[in-house]
Amino acid sequence: MSVSTTTQDASWRRLSPRMLLVLPVRELGRYVPALLGLVVAGRSLDDGQWWWGPLGVLGVIALSVLRWATTRYRITPVQVQLRTGLLNRRTIATPADRVRSVDLTASALHRILGLAKVDIGTGSQDKENGLSLDSLPAAEARALRTELLHRSAVGSPDVPAAAASEGLSTADAVAHGGDDTELARLDLRWVRFAPFTMSGVLGAAVIFGVGSRLVDQFGIEADSLGPVRGALDYLERSPIWVDVLQGLLGFVAFVTVLSVGGYVLSYWGFRLSRHARGSLHTTRGLLTTRATSIEERRLRGIELSEPLLLRAVHAARLSGITTGLKSGEGTAGGSSLLLPPAPYTVVLEVAAQILRDPAPVEVSLTAHGPAARRRRFIRALVPALALVAAAGVAIWAGAPPWLALPAIATLPVAVMLAADRYRSLGHALAGSFLVTQQGSLGRRRDVLERDGIIGWNLRQTFFQRRAGLASLTATTAAGRQEYTVTDVPLPMALLFGTRALPGLLGDFLASDPVPATSQPANQPTSQPAQAAHPGD
Amino acid sequence: MKLRDPAHLVSPRAIAFWTLQAAFGWIFILVVQLLWFVVSADHADLRFTALVLTVLFAAAHLIVMPRWRYRVHRWEVTDTAVYTQSGWISQERRIAPISRVQTVDTERGPLEQLFGLANVTVTTASAAGPLRIHGLDRATAEALVAGLTEITSRSEGDAT
Repeated sequence: MSVSTTTQDASWRRLSPRMLLVLPVRELGRYVPALLGLVVAGRSLDDGQWWWGPLGVLGVIALSVLRWATTRYRITPVQVQLRTGLLNRRTIATPADRVRSVDLTASALHRILGLAKVDIGTGSQDKENGLSLDSLPAAEARALRTELLHRSAVGSPDVPAAAASEGLSTADAVAHGGDDTELARLDLRWVRFAPFTMSGVLGAAVIFGVGSRLVDQFGIEADSLGPVRGALDYLERSPIWVDVLQGLLGFVAFVTVLSVGGYVLSYWGFRLSRHARGSLHTTRGLLTTRATSIEERRLRGIELSEPLLLRAVHAARLSGITTGLKSGEGTAGGSSLLLPPAPYTVVLEVAAQILRDPAPVEVSLTAHGPAARRRRFIRALVPALALVAAAGVAIWAGAPPWLALPAIATLPVAVMLAADRYRSLGHALAGSFLVTQQGSLGRRRDVLERDGIIGWNLRQTFFQRRAGLASLTATTAAGRQEYTVTDVPLPMALLFGTRALPGLLGDFLASDPVPATSQPANQPTSQPAQAAHPGD
Repeated sequence: MKLRDPAHLVSPRAIAFWTLQAAFGWIFILVVQLLWFVVSADHADLRFTALVLTVLFAAAHLIVMPRWRYRVHRWEVTDTAVYTQSGWISQERRIAPISRVQTVDTERGPLEQLFGLANVTVTTASAAGPLRIHGLDRATAEALVAGLTEITSRSEGDAT
């Protein structure tokens, strides 16, 4: 392995030739389900088509060779450049100081071959312009990461050996030098939280989807399979409530196994550490390992999410609000993850360490008052009442009367939901951070650095105006791009905005109680003020 | 504590522009309904009621919306910030500091050209933060863009 390869020279470098093995093996892997289908169903694919498979594999091998032969990259003092393509040659160049994150991903196959894929995040929302090197020898990938991240932070190209040996796997991580402080490490007992996430349900849905497609594709009659037949027979013989109960128990057990498996697979060996040069690192994964690095000056805050189920068992998860990295629903496992579902106390502690300030996660929030509470209840109860009314109409039109039961049962649920939503709603200022919290089923506390706010959006719907409420959104270049304080009384919103970001709102405040709204300005022409064209 | 309105109204021609723009949508719906009215044979009363309702809604929308919107849509640029107000039933005010402004665009659709109007979009580094001013007359829009470009070129930093 070319550990000694110096990453400082600005000559063009190639990807590892070992990557040539990755794609064909992966492609072969795709035929495994087909082979399984053959074995299970005892059926063959249509004759005369068998040679498509090997031909496809050959094509894939040719493509990989071509890609390897035409892809080069180099790191100059000012730029990262990537060249790809044979006929359609493309050169992607990105300024080295725009590099915001460097992710190393290694699937099981990559790891056997000693490779890692390097994804260089540049903050561009455009996926096409992301730099992805698939794949480099693992040691070279790590050295490249250190070089890219710390070049932009410090500006000096020399990389100490300790930093260069930074681990992709936990084994390396243990042998770390002193400039790396561990903030968190996976405790295997946290696996108990896995069943309280949605990952198991999603996994079950995926397995069901893929399974039914396979069954479809190979024309297998599902009920001709022995075990399925037996199960169906059994279900027909037993009473319906036993079926339902068993089905439910089976589903819960299945989902539990899946979610625990998923948790172990993705968070095995999780470790969060802070590098003395100003970056946060996470490493995790059982088969596919992922190592993510975020520059701390790009970290604008954190999101502490407590979905209802996790909250019930006093757990939460943590992700980062990072400039140039989109966070969102789908990225719980993405590169902004800072802590997997873990005990609440641990989350608080880690969050305080990341922010270097315990206040934002501990501060008690300002409630939004009776109007906001009323709005929570109206918004929860109106759909529930509509459901009851619809059930009433349906029964009146001849539907079975038991239909009223589930409809009426939604009412107490709606009330509880509304009460909890109001309890969760709040905002605060803590040190240099803005804190906003909302939601019940997916409660989230967002902690955003006040320096990261680049504007305010103050939104009022018709009903909000009548209730004297507004939603104040802080826009930012990081994470979700907008963080909202929902349904807060207008004066409170303005006071909060003024205190969070002094000076911006101040120009536009009418401190006198005279209503400043809707004076239809008399001059019909809208000549801009002196500020708009100071050249005149 | 109250937020005052931005200083400037947009061009009064915007009322006609918004009316015509909304009318296109209503005309499409009306044409579909008229076709249904002519082609179909049954549910005569239903067809008639639907048509009358559509006409009433369209008329109310076309009369109320543009005037209401004209009273709401306002803008202001100071040395330190851009401030806009838009909407009608739902209203939104957006404020961005000049120091965080990244681009200033002006755009004229075919219909807007007909009325001599333009709209100006001021973007910041946040995907959630573009400030749009619709229905400015062209001269104002051009002066605004020139002014903003001048002001923003004076501030430094990468605006994130």
